[in-house]
Amino acid sequence: MDFRYLPMTEQDKQEMLDTIGVNSTDELFSDIPEKVRLKQPLSLKQPKSEHDLKKELVQMANKNYNVKEYTSFLGAGVYDHFIPSVVDHVISRSEFYTAYTPYQPEISQGELQAIFEFQTMISELTGMPVANSSMYDGGTSLAEAVNLSAGHTRKKKVLVSKAIHPESQAVIETYGRGPNLEIIYIDHVNGRTDLEQLASELDEDTASVVIQYPNFFGQIEPLAEIREILDQQAKTMFIVSSNPLSLGYLTPPGKFGADIVVGDTQVFGIPAQFGGPHCGYFATTEKLMRKIPGRLVGQTTDENGIRGFVLTLQAREQHIRRDKATSNICSNQALNALASSVAMSSIGKHGLKKMAELNMQKARYAKQKFVEAGFEVISNSSFFNEFVVKLPVPVKAANDKLLEKGFIGGYDLATYYPELEGHMLVAVTEIRTKEEIDAFVKELGDIHE
Amino acid sequence: MSNQDFPLIFERSKEGRVSFNLPEIDVPEIDLEAELTETYVRQEAPELPEVSELDIIRHYTGLSNRNYGVDSGFYPLGSCTMKYNPKINEDVARLDGFSHIHPYQDPKTVQGALEMMFDLQEALKEITGMAGVSLQSAAGAHGEWTGLMMIRAFHEANGDFHRTKVIVPDSAHGTNPASATVAGFEAVTVKSNENGLVDLEDLRRVVGEDTAALMLTNPNTLGLFETEILEMAEIVHNAGGKLYYDGANLNAIMGYARPGDMGFDVVHLNLHKTFTGPHGGGGPGSGPVGVSAELEPYLPKPVIVKENDFYNFEYDRPQSIGRVKPYYGNFGINLRAYTYIRTMGGEGLKKVSEYAVLNANYMMRKLEKAYDLPYTQHCKHEFVLSGRRQKKLGVRTLDIAKRLLDFDYHPPTIYFPLNVEEALMIEPTETESKETLDGFIDTMLQIAEEAENNPEIVQEAPHHTIVKRMDETTAARKPILRYYKS
Repeated sequence: MDFRYLPMTEQDKQEMLDTIGVNSTDELFSDIPEKVRLKQPLSLKQPKSEHDLKKELVQMANKNYNVKEYTSFLGAGVYDHFIPSVVDHVISRSEFYTAYTPYQPEISQGELQAIFEFQTMISELTGMPVANSSMYDGGTSLAEAVNLSAGHTRKKKVLVSKAIHPESQAVIETYGRGPNLEIIYIDHVNGRTDLEQLASELDEDTASVVIQYPNFFGQIEPLAEIREILDQQAKTMFIVSSNPLSLGYLTPPGKFGADIVVGDTQVFGIPAQFGGPHCGYFATTEKLMRKIPGRLVGQTTDENGIRGFVLTLQAREQHIRRDKATSNICSNQALNALASSVAMSSIGKHGLKKMAELNMQKARYAKQKFVEAGFEVISNSSFFNEFVVKLPVPVKAANDKLLEKGFIGGYDLATYYPELEGHMLVAVTEIRTKEEIDAFVKELGDIHE
Repeated sequence: MSNQDFPLIFERSKEGRVSFNLPEIDVPEIDLEAELTETYVRQEAPELPEVSELDIIRHYTGLSNRNYGVDSGFYPLGSCTMKYNPKINEDVARLDGFSHIHPYQDPKTVQGALEMMFDLQEALKEITGMAGVSLQSAAGAHGEWTGLMMIRAFHEANGDFHRTKVIVPDSAHGTNPASATVAGFEAVTVKSNENGLVDLEDLRRVVGEDTAALMLTNPNTLGLFETEILEMAEIVHNAGGKLYYDGANLNAIMGYARPGDMGFDVVHLNLHKTFTGPHGGGGPGSGPVGVSAELEPYLPKPVIVKENDFYNFEYDRPQSIGRVKPYYGNFGINLRAYTYIRTMGGEGLKKVSEYAVLNANYMMRKLEKAYDLPYTQHCKHEFVLSGRRQKKLGVRTLDIAKRLLDFDYHPPTIYFPLNVEEALMIEPTETESKETLDGFIDTMLQIAEEAENNPEIVQEAPHHTIVKRMDETTAARKPILRYYKS
């Protein structure tokens, strides 16, 4: 069979073998010991033509219920927001997507500048002076922040709110096993971090406190009060994970003296795509600039004084520092950071506030509808675009019924919080309409009755 | 900003411009400020750009024109496997049924996605010869750390808490020792011998009761196959350690040999290298991890299973190291790799390695006349030249790299691996034609000649790029990491 990605002809092959001075390509593999040589062909599915394969994969895709055909109220860390058409047009430019990490600045100014702009936008949103070029995702970015805090303070104890994303909790645990961290969970009370427990657990051995804002239940954690508690331990670091869209409306964590702010920019121009790739961000103080994980782009000039950009402060990184590096991370999520930059540019300074407000307005309307329909809603007024509804039936049963009506229902909180059996986390973004919200509440109400 | 500078998106901004029409509000509006304490209502808007849609398109099109990808030209960046990124992959990844599905949907609503993941796990098991695969790791370095955490869990489950050291060859990628540290180990170096291979005597010396693992890529970063791999496996296994395979260089051996058959216990793969997920300017990538049967219980959870033709997540894995990432890995990249594997099949993948190795050997033999070749045996998918001959003429490897820019080539990897002076690490990949290779070879020979007869032209390169060499020292000494409105 011919393969369209392989340009080698028989004539090329012969000429090249002659140049090398061997009779066959097999001779080039003669250094592989006989014992480990694969004797049989790889047993994989037969190659397919472009047309046939595309047909098969379209059929495979069609087996999935997607959130463009179904009306989704599912969030819990991954959201269905409007993506402007410009985003995909920009990231489809192959000078971006087929490039490597910009090691050669003379021919990589496009990528480098795009990252510099991304760093600026993240810095603006979070209220932190320094942001890196991106991380794998919000969860791993948070885990890196926790490990950085332990390394920086030389302390092992970390206080983690139970109201942060449960899968981020799990990732923090795995990452924390490397440096042997002691992770202590702070419970949630009515959907928010228990500040009394936080105050009582905080001591001089505490490396950092980890809070999500808005938290996993959608609630806006009182960062000002948490800051006051933290002030009793000057060395303990304040790590905040934050949905960057919410920061269009909410006071940024930087204003509350956060040491590290992380999160995921999936909300800006990145489709859910079954959980990845998304795009983590990592922002911090100037004091920690030389300890930050991942790539950083800095502004400089060339020999002629023309402004340009380069990867900088690389002495932190694995390819220079090897086992003494601040992190092992080598890649970033450049293409997704680009998508988010384009989306943020498109939404713009004033659009961002409006978009955040639309999420809040629609979520409040939905909450009101649930209250009117007789549901218990566990959420005070201080929330962003998610809230918790108590159902009389298990969430899975409700979601099965909703699916028949064309809805992808909310998140089943019992998955990670056994005490929240029958509690659904409902997300309402700017693209949900009044009609959709009304119909969703009505369908759930019918199950209620 | 001087008039020669390319403007930042912020410098194109003008108050009042928009490029995004939000949906109109269709619910009764309430006073949001009354809902929140004032402390939490943002007072100053973040300085995002205010631009029109055309401004955005012109800006980013301009930036793309100031960037260089595989689609722009030859990119022989050693160790990075910059092969062609097929277009069907991009189309498939954008299908609504793949791109607009939520990770928390009921498995019965995402059977197509789970089927793809299961099939990909199976394919990667076959290609690597491993018993189990997890798709959760987001990139190569992430996969390394995941693998080491599994090795650590394995040792600890055996009550073996004193295996604190991970052995890494002096030619290894920087991520190897860095991952070892992040996983809580101490990295120990094993030397290479005069043939560029791991020195078995030195390996015997450093291996011991405290050895957790040896990390190795085979072929190694010099592009050479570690011929004594079975002896190495025996040395490490006899000491109770595990063997870790860095899959960065898998493009050399598909269909010819498998890490599992060489005695490796853990393998990670860079799907963005060998399996054509695009590099994206630095990511996203994907770094699945394969393990032997012995280590399978420690895989990150969930793994994808198939029971009675139903695909599902398996969470009940008590010995699992847990999660290394939220959700299930970089699905979009895994899907591209899957599309590629299905395009090529076993037969095609073997040809990939055959031609990747043929291309590399051809270039090596053509270039060894003008550049020093420290290790002369057949190479695999890449080879490493030394610019020490040119250095004596005052032309450094960095200069050679910069001179290549004048001819519209992306330069090879330079100054790596560390055990070769003035290294130039060249990986052509199998998707490049003989004409392309010949063009690059001619240019390299011309530069070698320039180094002898006209060194200034190389030392002062590049001459034709939009910017010249950058002041990296000032960038690091006085970091400017963001834009401020003046």
